Amino acid sequence: MKRQFQVTVHLKEGLADPQGKAIEDAAPTMGWEGVSNVRVGKTITFSVDAETAASARTIAREMAERLLSNPVIEEFWLFDAETME
Amino acid sequence: MTARVAVITFPGSLDDRDAMRAVRFMGGEAVPVWHADTDLRDADAVILPGGFAYGDYLRTGAIARFAPAMGAVREHAERGGPVLGICNGFQILCEAGLLPGALIRNRGLAFVSRRVHVRVETTATPFTSSVELGEVLEVPIKHGEGQFVAEPEDIRRIEEEGLVVFRYCSAEGVVTEEANPNGATNGIAGLRGEAGNVVGLMPHPEHAVDPDVGPTGGQPIFESVLQQVAALL
Repeated sequence: MKRQFQVTVHLKEGLADPQGKAIEDAAPTMGWEGVSNVRVGKTITFSVDAETAASARTIAREMAERLLSNPVIEEFWLFDAETME
Repeated sequence: MTARVAVITFPGSLDDRDAMRAVRFMGGEAVPVWHADTDLRDADAVILPGGFAYGDYLRTGAIARFAPAMGAVREHAERGGPVLGICNGFQILCEAGLLPGALIRNRGLAFVSRRVHVRVETTATPFTSSVELGEVLEVPIKHGEGQFVAEPEDIRRIEEEGLVVFRYCSAEGVVTEEANPNGATNGIAGLRGEAGNVVGLMPHPEHAVDPDVGPTGGQPIFESVLQQVAALL
């Protein structure tokens, strides 16, 4: 069974995000006031072919934890593309 | 016998040739190792050079740490062998969990390429054993992602256990915010693992050995490790 996943990775909340800061500083120069908490991350999509939906999800979660993100600096959200949960 | 220093070339490494030249310039034997190799060809010490291994895809060092040669590096490190990660090599060591913390985008976002001064904070590593504590070394940096960060409790442990090896400082050896080129926590330019044999740093000692082409702040780092290794041969 092939399942589609999406992982979103961001720098942790406590860490300064220089890219987010640059965007935040640019917003008012374009006339948009009140923009704050800009965080820049990345999105990775992939499919996993496995026996069951649960085992596919386990592989996706392990991959998000050990390859797609670095727990020292980042946090991630894993979405099942079919249910977007 | 001449000390043998392995330099690992990953696809995307840039400073492997300079690292090998620096080893030879300082009197050692440079041993080239390809990332797909599974052993270090009996080298006594190993250098992970700067560059953009595997394009730095995903994160700096994230893919490189899975290279076959990294298994040999890990074994070498566990046996107590000297390991030096320079710039991208430092990032790889952090990703591999051989050093604490991580390196993120520079404060201010700009790629920084210039000479800096670093102060030697510990001589309890094979790469600073011939250096005076507090000595100031002039070395170049060239990186976009050199801001050292770690969890607050890790920073506390790094400081308490004396794991900081180099700190950005003024030419006089004073650690100031102005001297910090990338926003690194506590001005950390390089650090060691708990055992002391694994060291990572953002500055490039391999570009700073030949007085004909620049500063020579890298010399004592190579001198130290070559002496350390020679003493064991």
